[in-house]
Amino acid sequence: MGRGTTARIAAPRLGLSLTTGLCTGVLALCFVALMIGPYGLSPGEVLAALLGRGEAQAQIVVWNIRLPRIGAALLVGAALAAAGASYQALFRNPLVSPDILGVSAGAGLGAVAGIFLSLPVAAIQGAAFAGGMAAVGVVTLVAGLVRNTDRTLTLVLIGVVIGALAGAATSLLKVLADPYDQLPAITFWLLGSLASVTSADIGPALPAVILGLVPLALLRWRINVLSLGDEEARALGVEAGRTRFLVIAAATLITASVTALAGVVGWVGLVIPHIARMLVGPGFGRLLPTSVLIGAGYLLIVDTAARSIAAIEVPLGILTAVIGAPFFVWLLARGRRGWS
Amino acid sequence: MRLILVLLMLIAGPLSAREVTDSAGRVVEVPDRVERVFAAGPPASILLYILKPEAMTGWPRAPHDYERPYLAEPWRDLPETGRLTGRGGEANLERVLQIAPDLILDFGSVRDTYVDLADRTQAQTDIPYVLIDGRFENTPAALRLLGDILGVPERAERLASHVEGVFARIDAILADVPEAERPRVYLARGPEGLETGMKGSINTEIIERAGGRNVADDGGATRGLVRASMEQVIVANPEIIVTWDRNFFSSVFDDPLWQGVEAVREGRVHLAPTAPFGWIDRPPSLNRIIGLIWMAGLLYPDRWQGDLRAETRAFYELYYHVRLDDPALEELLEWAEGQPPG
Repeated sequence: MGRGTTARIAAPRLGLSLTTGLCTGVLALCFVALMIGPYGLSPGEVLAALLGRGEAQAQIVVWNIRLPRIGAALLVGAALAAAGASYQALFRNPLVSPDILGVSAGAGLGAVAGIFLSLPVAAIQGAAFAGGMAAVGVVTLVAGLVRNTDRTLTLVLIGVVIGALAGAATSLLKVLADPYDQLPAITFWLLGSLASVTSADIGPALPAVILGLVPLALLRWRINVLSLGDEEARALGVEAGRTRFLVIAAATLITASVTALAGVVGWVGLVIPHIARMLVGPGFGRLLPTSVLIGAGYLLIVDTAARSIAAIEVPLGILTAVIGAPFFVWLLARGRRGWS
Repeated sequence: MRLILVLLMLIAGPLSAREVTDSAGRVVEVPDRVERVFAAGPPASILLYILKPEAMTGWPRAPHDYERPYLAEPWRDLPETGRLTGRGGEANLERVLQIAPDLILDFGSVRDTYVDLADRTQAQTDIPYVLIDGRFENTPAALRLLGDILGVPERAERLASHVEGVFARIDAILADVPEAERPRVYLARGPEGLETGMKGSINTEIIERAGGRNVADDGGATRGLVRASMEQVIVANPEIIVTWDRNFFSSVFDDPLWQGVEAVREGRVHLAPTAPFGWIDRPPSLNRIIGLIWMAGLLYPDRWQGDLRAETRAFYELYYHVRLDDPALEELLEWAEGQPPG
């Protein structure tokens, strides 16, 4: 019992209005993003196409290209931010990003292997998902075998090791790949992009992300307790090991499914939870939905920029790094620690 | 060890040498008789294979099984030696020294990085390193220059005039087709068809050379391979799409997103064969000449005079030293019609 966090009791009004504000903001962003694109459509034409009127090509652009892409941007941003917030709480460290346990490296290796074998797109995405899940599976398995008192540290270090190993295997495939054919495809994939997303790609990713978000939302109180440390958690009656395993499984499922969809998109899971924590504090019950909303809106903005600032597609990973890195430095320079 | 190597080189070194100026303006001293040449990358190996196969010391990458029938014995069995330049230099310099070629040849970009790489490798190994400009327009000159260096000027002249003949036939068509009326072409790369080369990049030179206009054109701000979005392709609305990716080709006509694109609606998406080398790129070397003949026929079906069957047979014989039997030729032509083998 006693699951109410102090934060929620202290400021219920603020929390509600903030959530409403963020929801409205994201919706407004969707609307703006729907209007933007190289296929010149006036707002009126976009609305007509939305209602199923107007020329067929405009309907294809709005329904089959822009809407899936907006949906994918929201999904990927929300998922990475949620996973980042979970990992940061779990490891009690604000510098943790969703790929700490090697999920991106594993997914990258899976996708690169798929490209190397000239598989069709759906199979490449499947290989990426499987690679991400397998990498974290191996990490937890190996960490379980290593006898060490500091479970968290063991996990992180094994994650680094497995991530580096997967990175080496990826590099090996890059060296072996056809430089005129497969290598560019590999490079583009590893930089992340939503350029070729279709609704058929979102189909499998959306339920997987929801499946991962539900346990995170249900475990919010335990995650809060866990962020106090294993000893304290045990004193409060929370079995750290099982909760940790569940959170890792859920966050990995989320990250692997969106990485399979969009490629490796860095920084979102690292930076967005910080912003959310500045707004609502560290209580996971409010941190999670706030991160999800900000992450969704943020990646929508970035992806809209990626497809409209130049005559070509700018890889997402480049934009998120260019925006994320200075922002992160600024956060550190502010010196206020949103943590604890 | 090093001393022995130097001594060996002094003994085995050429008694007479001459100076040649390569495409980068570097003056290189090469032996009078060049019998063994190390190709620094795939484009150079193709140029060498076409011009003087008996001088080859190996392939940067061993030919795949499906490519072997289109390469002549015994050269298709040469060992794999790795690449010296370009993306991922794998060839070991000691291995190069062990092979002891008379010359290292690179064919492609002559920008500063490559000039520097050539100078460094030459200084390190003491093997003359010649850099030849790989731009499409430069092909006849490249052939003549290398023919001179390798001591096969007659063969080089024969090939160069064939290339010039193809260029001239296309130019004759283009003479009365203004730039604005040339077909708009999109080169689809990658399994989704959403990677392309910008106008002016070495990967898409063939489009302009064949008389098309590359739709991926931002006025020269970007070069090289880029990622495109579906919406950009729809806006560009190319009349013709060329690709060599079988995955993309097999799905494009069923994919609802591509149905609005003119080339797809009109059935003008074309698959280029890739055996033994790509017809339109991959790598960018003399293999593109047959692709050029093929593409001119696609872009100007009413004006282009030429029998693809006869020209393919002649090309493979003149360039690749193979006399194609009917099944092999049929396989290639069906491939160029969109039915790849296997």
